[in-house]
Amino acid sequence: MEVKQGAQAIAHSVKKCKPDVCSMYPITPSTELPEEIAQLVADGELDATIIRVESEFSAISGCVGASAAGSRAYTATSSQGLALMTEVLFAASGMRLPIVINVVNRALSAPINIWNDQQDSISQRDNGWLQIYCESNQEAVDTTIQSFKIAEDEDVLLPIMCCTDGYILSHTYEPVELPDEEEVQEFLPEYDPDHAYLDPENPMTQGPFAYPKPYAALRKDLSDAVNGSKEIVKRVHDEFAEKFGRSYGNGLIEEYKNDKDTALVSMGSICGTIKSTLDNRNDAGLMRIRCYRPFPEEEIKKALEGKDQVIVLEKNVSMGHGSGALYNEIKSILPRSTTVHDIVVGLGGTDIAEEDINNMIDSLSNKENGVKRWLLEKGGKLQKNRGEK
Amino acid sequence: MEDDLFASGHRACAGCGSALALRHLTKAAGKNSVFTIATGCMEVVSTQYPTTAWGVPLIHTTFENAASVAAGIKEALNQQGKEDTNVIALAGDGGMVDIGFRALSGSLERGHDVLYVCYDNGAYMNTGVQKSGATPFGASTTTTPAGKQSHGKSEWQKNVPFIALMHGVNYVATASIADLDDFKKKVKKALEVEGPKYIHVHCPCPIGWGFDTSETIDQGRKAVESGAWVLYEIEDGNFSISYKPSERIPVKDYLSGQKRFKHLDEDDVETIQDHVDRNWEELKKLEGLDLDLLKLL
Repeated sequence: MEVKQGAQAIAHSVKKCKPDVCSMYPITPSTELPEEIAQLVADGELDATIIRVESEFSAISGCVGASAAGSRAYTATSSQGLALMTEVLFAASGMRLPIVINVVNRALSAPINIWNDQQDSISQRDNGWLQIYCESNQEAVDTTIQSFKIAEDEDVLLPIMCCTDGYILSHTYEPVELPDEEEVQEFLPEYDPDHAYLDPENPMTQGPFAYPKPYAALRKDLSDAVNGSKEIVKRVHDEFAEKFGRSYGNGLIEEYKNDKDTALVSMGSICGTIKSTLDNRNDAGLMRIRCYRPFPEEEIKKALEGKDQVIVLEKNVSMGHGSGALYNEIKSILPRSTTVHDIVVGLGGTDIAEEDINNMIDSLSNKENGVKRWLLEKGGKLQKNRGEK
Repeated sequence: MEDDLFASGHRACAGCGSALALRHLTKAAGKNSVFTIATGCMEVVSTQYPTTAWGVPLIHTTFENAASVAAGIKEALNQQGKEDTNVIALAGDGGMVDIGFRALSGSLERGHDVLYVCYDNGAYMNTGVQKSGATPFGASTTTTPAGKQSHGKSEWQKNVPFIALMHGVNYVATASIADLDDFKKKVKKALEVEGPKYIHVHCPCPIGWGFDTSETIDQGRKAVESGAWVLYEIEDGNFSISYKPSERIPVKDYLSGQKRFKHLDEDDVETIQDHVDRNWEELKKLEGLDLDLLKLL
């Protein structure tokens, strides 16, 4: 065990995965990742080429070039940086390039705000990247390693975001177990792709133009690949657990005291606070979503089967719905008999305490047909959407 | 015989100057080359899934990132021990001097061993002839249309070869499809240079400029003979004009063959002639000074 800052711990995890090219641009709060990786390269501990690009658009573009050439490509970013990458993110998944991004989650402008919520990566949910949300720094360390293996699996070949809450995790010192480098090398085979390379002896055209019919077919292929990756996310998680002795639920979701009539549903570091709250009561459980893309529909349905009431806590807003994106997805797969509430929490770094979670559980009931509420500050009253009676 | 690495059968328009440039660029660069291309005419006509015109590896991603994709490719190939493979980033004028300019500037500054080639047809031709930063003064495009209150584009072209130079680039050249030997010679020379290099090749477009498809080379030649397009090289900071017409033809002879300049009145033509004359004289002076322009950095 070592006590390390979250971002530094993740950087050491990246190092053990031996990326060939790290194409990186600084942005708060993911900045410590390019800094730490640059230091590891400067100290001769990591034999990677760092491209110190002029923007996040070029950070991800450099990754696309390197990955298309058959190398292992990596970057890290947050918030505006991820938003700036958007166009290339869609291209990267469409081209089946297994790039890994550590997303250190931060709010999006405006107003500009450097603190944590998950609006940045949730807003990228439809772009064909896999997304895993971590609860702790240890999970971030472990999931970073798993991410390379999942992305590069020949049945996946898709890019992946390993998401970690900004500041709450990235800048917090926690004791972490850093996996042994040799063991990581045994776990993660070298990347040697058959599907994407740039070899003059065997020329290939990547990123072509497609007319409607092949376009539609290729987009469905992509969707099928994203859906199909669920089994590999799970398998890689299980293999990791066997080798390193740490597991996170079943790799897709994690249930905690989930044998009550009420279930809370959330993602990321807030789940630690929820677990601690639930330790002092016996009327509610938690289902944490770890793998958000692909969306583990069957596993979620099973975990929430027969619940009277589900309370979704989420750090994002799907504007125009008066709720978060996750709420809509959860509601769409549950029977009408289950009451589903949504609480938008933690926007722009607003804190949330155990008393807030207690208050939610105490004040909501399954008599209501599901409500949408906002918690705008620690200890604050749950607020309704304007116009709601 | 040199291999044709940009094969016939692509969907470029008859008389396309850019397709000609690509055919000869790939010939000059040779088989041991990897290309990345920005979205644009040449990408769209040559990569229609599941076909490709490319006999060398090619990757297209988006409109504005050819230069940074090239950086990723080059550094990955170096890591793989394939330092000898040429990496060439290709974009039209829109993709290089406008929307891809940030990526170009960043990549030039970082010094990747990449050749950047701008095939300049003077507007966003792929989307229907909209004005770009490389569209010449006075040209009527679909977004700078001539009309009662308009004489076409009201700004001069951005001088991207010189802007590229000022990043500390050791080889910068302009070229034209009207002189393919000169173009190929420059490509070969550029690829011998370590680090970043930039070539800007003038590619007449029958559709966007409004001339008969049989006149492509002729239009390119008139640009060079009038001095509206000057062929030059800047090697290690030393500027030299590659071709000096014994007597420059009037710029009117170049403009009058194209529909995009049809609306220009005598004053407009004189303004352009003055501009071309001044540019020519200044470039000749620059050549005579025997300056190392990179020392300005």
